Amino acid sequence: MALPSYTETRYRIWHYIYIAICTFVFFFLIAPLFVIFPLSFNAEEFLVFSEGMKNLDPDAFSLRWYKDMIYGTKNPWGLAAKNSFIIAIFATIGSIILGTLAALGLSSRHMPYKGLIMATLISPMIVPLIISGVAIFFFMAKAGLAATHTGIVLAHIILGTPFVVITVTATLSGFDHSVTRAAASLGSNPVNTFMKITLPLILPGVISGGLFAFVTSFDEVVVVLFLAGLENTTIPIQMWTGLREQLSPTILAVATCLILLSTLILVTAELLRRRSERLRGINR
Amino acid sequence: MSSETKQILTTDGIPLEVSLKKAEKKNKIKAFLLVAPLLLFLVITYIFPIGDMFMRSVDDRMVTNMLPKTFKAMEKWENLDELPPEEVYQGFYEDYKLLAENQQHGKLGQRLNKEKNGFNTITKKLFRQIKRKKIDESASLKEQINKLHKRWRDVEYWQAIKRTAPPYTASKYLKGMDMYFAADGSIAQVDEDRRIHRILWLRTLEIAFFVTLFCFFMGYPIAHLLATLPMKYSNLLMICVLLPFWTSLLVRTASWMILLQQQGIVNDFFVMIGLVADDNRPEMMYNKVGTYVAMTQILLPFMVLPLYSVMKTISPSLMRAGKSLGGTPFVAFWKVYFPLTIPGIGAGCLLVFILAIGYYITPALVGGASGTLISNQIAFHMKTTLDWSFASAMGLMLLTGVLVIYWIYNKLVGVDNIKLG
Repeated sequence: MALPSYTETRYRIWHYIYIAICTFVFFFLIAPLFVIFPLSFNAEEFLVFSEGMKNLDPDAFSLRWYKDMIYGTKNPWGLAAKNSFIIAIFATIGSIILGTLAALGLSSRHMPYKGLIMATLISPMIVPLIISGVAIFFFMAKAGLAATHTGIVLAHIILGTPFVVITVTATLSGFDHSVTRAAASLGSNPVNTFMKITLPLILPGVISGGLFAFVTSFDEVVVVLFLAGLENTTIPIQMWTGLREQLSPTILAVATCLILLSTLILVTAELLRRRSERLRGINR
Repeated sequence: MSSETKQILTTDGIPLEVSLKKAEKKNKIKAFLLVAPLLLFLVITYIFPIGDMFMRSVDDRMVTNMLPKTFKAMEKWENLDELPPEEVYQGFYEDYKLLAENQQHGKLGQRLNKEKNGFNTITKKLFRQIKRKKIDESASLKEQINKLHKRWRDVEYWQAIKRTAPPYTASKYLKGMDMYFAADGSIAQVDEDRRIHRILWLRTLEIAFFVTLFCFFMGYPIAHLLATLPMKYSNLLMICVLLPFWTSLLVRTASWMILLQQQGIVNDFFVMIGLVADDNRPEMMYNKVGTYVAMTQILLPFMVLPLYSVMKTISPSLMRAGKSLGGTPFVAFWKVYFPLTIPGIGAGCLLVFILAIGYYITPALVGGASGTLISNQIAFHMKTTLDWSFASAMGLMLLTGVLVIYWIYNKLVGVDNIKLG
């Protein structure tokens, strides 16, 4: 953002203030995440930078907390990670199937009561999680699904589908329906048309919605706190318990792993977004 | 020229209009069938349970079911300022005896005690008399019960029983606003020093409002920068917004707990620049400051992303045109650029406000006692006091507020226009 040479001094000053504000905000957004990194390699038990760390003494760093996370006695992280992944994967699959079908229906111009139905389908995203948690807990308790994996998966499907509905509907808004008609006129049945024509074209939207659903489930703690028993503990529950009781460096080791995972998801989501933008550009 | 002669027929001989209508209907059903599985799933597992919350929040059938004969007899109780007639005593005695046999009398005592203080003592007294078989069922029950305790002779206690007769009550909603039904049935305020809920509601609104404001003032400049920078730089900077967006909420809260602790980096920095003394480090966590700072950082991406998507569509030539027509850069910004970003501002602010008003995790971890919100109170009643009907009532009050904002949001922006990432 180079300024033109004729800029007056006061606008020049304002411009630098503006850049300074932006730098501060970007720093505010991203810096907290980077504090966790070095501290998770701390050789000591305290959550502050030791003198050794400030002097970059190699002895002040260790993998102690990572070892504790993986091999520690009585540690809950193994079970929690297993549960988290199982629940998130099933919740994602469920959300993708239900959400994509609904998005296909909603994008049809024949759909009756579109606004009302859309609002209903999106509502789990708008209603505060604590209220969703209470309502879902009442249902699961009545259905005998409290403290079961099935119950948590169903709860996460409720919370995850709005994202799939939104992303797939957005992808379908740029979708050229004449290609499906072309397929039909060439003798393809609806299922075949969907699998071979529609799905490949809307796949970026489906996958990015799926990513949202995955992250929602993987990161969800409010509803799970109501539903989970000891057997169904997840990573967020363990983090929550840990943060409430005592911040231990092991939590930071887990947090570092989670940041790496979210980086991976971010890269995937970005690549998909660009691909879908390219595809929509061609359609136009 | 009648329409019949002009009617166009399809090859099957059916009028085209009819055939089209049929096809239209078929398409409608097809579209609906695609939506049906999700809709049905949500209605059963989500929408009905929210209705169930409402039923729980107003449900007061416990006493109604416990004292059927009493309430039946009370229909004959005409002058409410005098003690009820013999039949009411008779009905109450029979109901209570049945409850005592089923070990349910304690629950009734506690429930009535909530309605009128001191009830538990006198029902227990009655229970002991029944257990010792000291009550003569052939004699007047009114006289015998009245003799047990002077409170039984106090008409206010009988009025309290009568107040519990309706199967539904709004008392939980009143409690959520620090009000209650007084003895004569009118609505009264809780004593001033016990009005905890009103403080919580106000604090929730205050924190949600200021977090939205902070997010706006921090989000607007960077969204503008991201939208005006060349692609290759803005994509890089966008990571600063998107990485926190995709990172676990708990991880981000944990990082603030580390930063804001008394020996933490923020305090270290303040000591270093001489803002505070080393032995007098301020407490920045477990109070409102912690809640504000952490929530602003966590919700900031939700402000930046809608703003960015709106600003991206504003052509830079508009600003240039404004300047070339004689406006200073400030005027051009204020008169041309800013009005065009209002849809983005509306979307971002309402999104952040809705999310902030129902926040639970971060305030619970960094908020301490003075930084907790209404959600924390709901969770407290769900898990600790187990007063589920009160938790439901407060939840629905919060939900009503959110739905009003959502409705405004829908009118202003449209739900279909929510953009993610």
